[in-house]
Amino acid sequence: MEKQVTLPYGKYVMVWFGLLALTALTVTAASLHFGKWSVLAAIVIATVKSSLVVLYFMNIKYEEKIFKIMLAVAILTLMVIMVLTFADILFR
Amino acid sequence: MSTAAHADSGHHLEHHQDHTGAKIGMWLFLFTELLMFGSLFLVYSDYRMQFPADFHFSATSLDPLVGTINTLVLLTSSLTMALAIAALDRNRQRIAVRLLGVTIFLGGVFLVNKYFEWSAKFAHDLYPGSETLSMMAEGERQFFNLYYAMTGLHGLHVLVGMIIIAVMLWLVARKPRQKHMLLDVQPARVTLQDANDRELLVLPADDHVHEVHVTLVYDQHEELSRRHLIHLENTGLFWHLVDLIWIFLFPLFYLIT
Repeated sequence: MEKQVTLPYGKYVMVWFGLLALTALTVTAASLHFGKWSVLAAIVIATVKSSLVVLYFMNIKYEEKIFKIMLAVAILTLMVIMVLTFADILFR
Repeated sequence: MSTAAHADSGHHLEHHQDHTGAKIGMWLFLFTELLMFGSLFLVYSDYRMQFPADFHFSATSLDPLVGTINTLVLLTSSLTMALAIAALDRNRQRIAVRLLGVTIFLGGVFLVNKYFEWSAKFAHDLYPGSETLSMMAEGERQFFNLYYAMTGLHGLHVLVGMIIIAVMLWLVARKPRQKHMLLDVQPARVTLQDANDRELLVLPADDHVHEVHVTLVYDQHEELSRRHLIHLENTGLFWHLVDLIWIFLFPLFYLIT
């Protein structure tokens, strides 16, 4: 019998509850019309939700170090592309 | 005895590296997906900064309720996928198969919702290249072009994911084929080979050996269930990525009114 690689069932259900709560939060926040801040709120909540999915559903939290490094490099690359493009659009 | 133990640990090490390697390959593929959708989000941001008013106005024509329902459906399908992998990890093959079935069903619900949503838009003559759309402001045109391109590409991923999960369901549910093994008795050694001519066991022997009795203790239950674990894990990674992309698509298209 090999080592189990997955978490207890309950933990996944808890993550799911968290995701549902954050969905309720993002829908409520959008209906409150924060104006300029509502975009930021939506992005922040979406980032928290995706972190939950990546860390627990995609098991990154318990994965070997190589996976964390690879993911960090990928996200950093995407961030560099986005920041440079936004800088170009805003200060053209 | 020590030879057998050594061979066994070597087998486990090899299996472990295969597992890690397969997962690294899947993640590399996911990164290319991330870059593809990332660049689409970049285009979206650019147009949105150019035409903020048009984007906000166009988004009012999308029903946030449909978007919210689809979000809940996809999040739940991610849960059932994660639970299916956890079940297979615990040798609960039948539970895993049922959970995979639920996951495919939820993916179907998502696509049916999407179908009705798109149909309603088409009925209002709102699709890329339509007459109504070509008379609209540039920002509104770009909003709907991006809406169709991004949710369309995402929907295609949902469809592909469902097909892959269906194949995995079939593989997990299927009974394993019988394993044929060959016992080769030579003057100097006795080898046990599987169907692929891979040597499973090599024992030293001498001329006095005429007959070898082998009892194979074959843990069928474990073999049955965990055989496809790494493939199911990689399938799960793909399905969760599809969920991940929707987590960003949902607020950017439905909640910016």
